Amino acid sequence: MTNPILETRNLTKVYGQNTIFKNIDLKVNEGETIVIIGPSGTGKSTLLRCINLLTSHDGGQVFLDGNEITAKGYNEDEVRQQIGMVFQNFLLFNHLTAFDNVMIGLTRVKKMPKEQAKAKAMEELNRVGLADRADHYPGQLSGGQQQRVAIARALAMDPRVMLFDEPTSALDPELIGEVLGVMAKLARDRMTMIVVTHEMGFAREVADRIVFMEKGNIVEEGTPDDLFYHPKHDRTREFLWKITELYGKKEKEKGDKA
Amino acid sequence: MSSFFTYIVQGTAITIAVTLVALPFGLIWGLLMALVHTYGGKLLNRVAAAYSLLLRGVPPIVLLFILYFILSGSINLSPFWAGSLSLGIVSSAYQMEILRGALLAVGGGQMTAARALGMSRLQSIQYIILPQALRLAIPPWSNEASIVLKDSSLVYALGVPEVLRRAQQLSATTQQPFLAYGAAALIYFVLVFAVNRGLDYVSERTKLPTHP
Repeated sequence: MTNPILETRNLTKVYGQNTIFKNIDLKVNEGETIVIIGPSGTGKSTLLRCINLLTSHDGGQVFLDGNEITAKGYNEDEVRQQIGMVFQNFLLFNHLTAFDNVMIGLTRVKKMPKEQAKAKAMEELNRVGLADRADHYPGQLSGGQQQRVAIARALAMDPRVMLFDEPTSALDPELIGEVLGVMAKLARDRMTMIVVTHEMGFAREVADRIVFMEKGNIVEEGTPDDLFYHPKHDRTREFLWKITELYGKKEKEKGDKA
Repeated sequence: MSSFFTYIVQGTAITIAVTLVALPFGLIWGLLMALVHTYGGKLLNRVAAAYSLLLRGVPPIVLLFILYFILSGSINLSPFWAGSLSLGIVSSAYQMEILRGALLAVGGGQMTAARALGMSRLQSIQYIILPQALRLAIPPWSNEASIVLKDSSLVYALGVPEVLRRAQQLSATTQQPFLAYGAAALIYFVLVFAVNRGLDYVSERTKLPTHP
């Protein structure tokens, strides 16, 4: 068995009296796509933020390539270069063009020579299909395009792992597809990804493993087939049934309109 | 008659000079305080808040006298420099609040995104937060610039021969108060008008494009 690229051991986060999540053990192997699902407020997003140290944790450890990144004195900025993150609300740098959004990490953080950074930035924009929007500012791009630029921005750093925090939740329905398409392509290219999403279609087709979280615990994890067709826990079955029904309804409404 | 106007126009140069010292000094100091207030720890945050509260709670002319006597007494500055720097210190508190508002308006998300990319706090502020905050600050800063320009008239009380001081002297010697003060008013108005128009232009030029 190969060593996991990313691992959390007993990871715990507490806000005051509230336990956000407790003793989370998660192993992610290289090239794997993990989809985390679960009801709102179960700590999925906070878990991602603890993994790349944007939020402090209250117990447990996180390992990247076998190194404990939660160890005292570990260089956080260095860690975050290796863990890309895509946010629900895109968070592109508003004063920079799409091209400069992708390039700024290369020149300012990686200190890459300008010419090399330019080529790399263009390559990444190409990868998400937005080379023709390079000189557009975020305010001139659709939500879907902004999110694809945000993915390119994170990819440009050549991260070991990519974290996606509900990347399509803020998008109009007709724009979700283009973002999921880019993510599916990444998964096929064997990028290691942890995705928090409510897109069950994506989870079923793209995930190597689905993790169902509720109330700060991992209730169940397994392959999409395991979870969708043979869930071990009633709660998993209930959640998946509900969300699939909702998704189906939306699909049906769309069909009726068309 | 022509010497009348020459005399007061020469004062204009000093008025402009006072403003050109006070405004940038207040900007740099105010920016520093705004950054400390927004991103500094608990203690620094309180110090900055108290600084702002104190300076904005006292009339500028009163502060000007206090600071003038401190500055000219301790390091033997000329009235021009002591007056200009005092004016700058007073303005720094107002500029600090303008910039603080702008920093907050940029929002925490931009900082999060920058940190997630591997930037340090300082890099995030320098490359991501400030370029956006300064753009947002231009319109309110334009207002503060015209206030400092007009408040530069306060240094007349310290004997600096700027526009108002000279208008007062002319009023006394020529017995033409309306003409003297009217000329001063016109000069201030033209200067403020030019500054506001200039900054409107800068604001327009640095505006970020939205929909195509």
